[in-house]
Amino acid sequence: MIETVNWHSCFFLLFALVGCVSAVAVVVTGNIVRMACWLVTALAAVAGLFFLAGADFLGAVQLMVYVGGTMVLLVFGVMLTARGPFVSMKTGGGQWILAIVVGGALLTVLLQAALSIPDWNAPGREQVQTEAAPPTATRLGLGLMGIPVDRLQERNAKWQSGMSGQLLAFEIISIHLVVVLVGAAYLARAKRRIEPQPARIADAEVSQVPG
Amino acid sequence: MAEFLASVLSPAWLAYTIAALVQCALLLVMALASAAVGIWLERKIAARIQDRLGPTRVGGRFGWLQPPADGIKLLCKEDIIPAAADRPLFRLAPYVSFCATFCLFLALPFANDWVALRLDAGAFFLLAVAGLEVFGVILGGYASGSKWSLYGAMREAAQVVSYEIPLALCVVVPVLITGSMDLVEIGNRQAGWFYQWYLFHDPFTFVTFWVYVTCAVASTNRAPFDLPEAESELVAGFLTEYSGFRWVIFFMAEYAAMFVVSGLGAVLFLGGWNGPIPIASLLGLGGDPHSVAGWIGNLLGMCNFIIKAMTGVTFMICLRWTLPRLRIDQVMTTCLKYCVPLASAMLAGVMVWTFLFPGGVIAEVRKSLSAVERPSSPAVERPSSHVVDSWSPSILAADRLAGAGRSDRLAADGTSALYAERWPTCRRPLDSQFPPQQHTSEGWR
Amino acid sequence: MNLFFEPIGLSHYLVVGAILFVCGMVCMATKRNVLGVLMGIELVLNGANLNFVAFGSPLLRAPGDHALGLDGQMIALFVIVLAAAEAAVALAIALNYYHTHVTVDVDRGDELKG
Repeated sequence: MIETVNWHSCFFLLFALVGCVSAVAVVVTGNIVRMACWLVTALAAVAGLFFLAGADFLGAVQLMVYVGGTMVLLVFGVMLTARGPFVSMKTGGGQWILAIVVGGALLTVLLQAALSIPDWNAPGREQVQTEAAPPTATRLGLGLMGIPVDRLQERNAKWQSGMSGQLLAFEIISIHLVVVLVGAAYLARAKRRIEPQPARIADAEVSQVPG
Repeated sequence: MAEFLASVLSPAWLAYTIAALVQCALLLVMALASAAVGIWLERKIAARIQDRLGPTRVGGRFGWLQPPADGIKLLCKEDIIPAAADRPLFRLAPYVSFCATFCLFLALPFANDWVALRLDAGAFFLLAVAGLEVFGVILGGYASGSKWSLYGAMREAAQVVSYEIPLALCVVVPVLITGSMDLVEIGNRQAGWFYQWYLFHDPFTFVTFWVYVTCAVASTNRAPFDLPEAESELVAGFLTEYSGFRWVIFFMAEYAAMFVVSGLGAVLFLGGWNGPIPIASLLGLGGDPHSVAGWIGNLLGMCNFIIKAMTGVTFMICLRWTLPRLRIDQVMTTCLKYCVPLASAMLAGVMVWTFLFPGGVIAEVRKSLSAVERPSSPAVERPSSHVVDSWSPSILAADRLAGAGRSDRLAADGTSALYAERWPTCRRPLDSQFPPQQHTSEGWR
Repeated sequence: MNLFFEPIGLSHYLVVGAILFVCGMVCMATKRNVLGVLMGIELVLNGANLNFVAFGSPLLRAPGDHALGLDGQMIALFVIVLAAAEAAVALAIALNYYHTHVTVDVDRGDELKG
């Protein structure tokens, strides 16, 4: 019996469980640093799921950008905004109930949509592709440079002539990143404290008027 | 190995599990051995630089058994956790750091066929996981419950994260020259004599190697960039409250990271497992990795690789005991004002260089000296000046990515044939100068 | 359980994506710490990314013509990059908020309350 175990599914279950438990823990935990740690675990589990789905380059990007970049930024923010022991700000019970009701309704709708189409359920042992997924880094790179390598089989001449990959989106995102870099650096700059001007006599008289 | 065990043991899952465990054990031994040798080497070199002898009693004349003795002593120490510490995170932090460092060994190639996980984006994966070590440091600093630890951890995190940028820019340079992020491919491309190494490929790569050395030393928090662990200022930075076995784990993570970063530099710039003289290919070793000759060839390659990595580690150790420590503002200045612009300029220079001399200077010089007509593939033409002209730089760039070393993989599913059909007038420089035979394992050394 | 023996299908990935999304949404709605709200945003974006990658993966479906293909991974790549940019700006705003209010409690930011 144990020979028929599908190891791909086992690893998927492992990563999925870790991700879901970590996500729930992020919601439940009160301490902000513990929340950040659980979020790191959740993001790393999502990176593992990316690897299992055949998106190897994207998994590495998730690890580098999200876990290695965004989470470090968040943890820095947590450390910089802490004064003394971390104050746990508790949410009221009413808000929790409302959030859980709305969240539960949305979850029901999403689950029902995900499980409704029979083609999306287990595709059947005979049908699933048993070879490993092709390496994606070169294909993604070519697509970003304007050459959609995965669409070369497209035989419709009109569609093929207009295909240019994702070059425009790539350029837009590059400019966007530069703008965000400058903007965030400006927003987070250390502000020089301006000494208050000595109050003039007229202002002092005005300020003594009640009301 | 898995197939061999599967043929011996009847349940296939047991064979695969044992094969995986053996490979994990080999990598763990590699990580721990690099740490142990690094510790002994550090003490000896530090001693010699300071005009004394270092460990000479434990295990004979050279103190070989000093690292195990240190390990046993530290294991026997009392387990102290500060009262104000966050206990679960305090216990977790060293293991996070060590796991991130150990995962780096997964994608590091020790020889042409001896790599645990041959990833298509190996260099990128190493950079990504190297950025995860900082979490162990931050957790350790925060969970110690002391402000000195937190300051040290924040400084170290800021330093490591800042130096990831020039480090990534330096790593992009050999990736650009090779056309692939696969570390095995990058190593194979440097096969042959020592002038094939990327260090001597062009002057920009030469400068990039030294920038890489600077950034690597900074990212592993070694002196002169070791302010976060500054012994004279912050006690021991984020390591202040760690003693005994937990300190050993942090320490091993640091030395294993030094080894990995040196090994990565060796693969990217110094030819990896290719020696300065191609002995193995002259002797005819190579080919099938399961044969005896292939195994010996791989073993020679691994010896080359370890020698180069340990040379890097020795260099870092000598650097620590020679140079004074930089202040934190000097550290950030070096990163942002010197390393980043230099690495960017070198990247731009290498881009221009590989555009003008695609085969490297040696191949161009040979071509002009021998003046032999190389057999040209049918698609070798200048890009014509009609509709594809506006795309030609991007197509050429994509062509390099597609042609260089990916031709075997892309051709497997007919993509390159369709690609050549759609863009027939693109120049394919690499196909004409590196015929596909060089990519297989026969001619790799 | 059946899950150990049968290959994983698309709907399993969608379920995980949905759970991540809803957890992120509840986190955004209930946390009073501005950084907690940011963490909820990250969870929401990751749930959506998982959906995109799952639809674009050739391993999760029967072999045939896949509508999304590599575009799913491309979209996920853009989402990751944009999320990182947005997190940077949001953290800058959070730091400004902390400097002006000396607290990270979002309920204290009620100067515009009418």
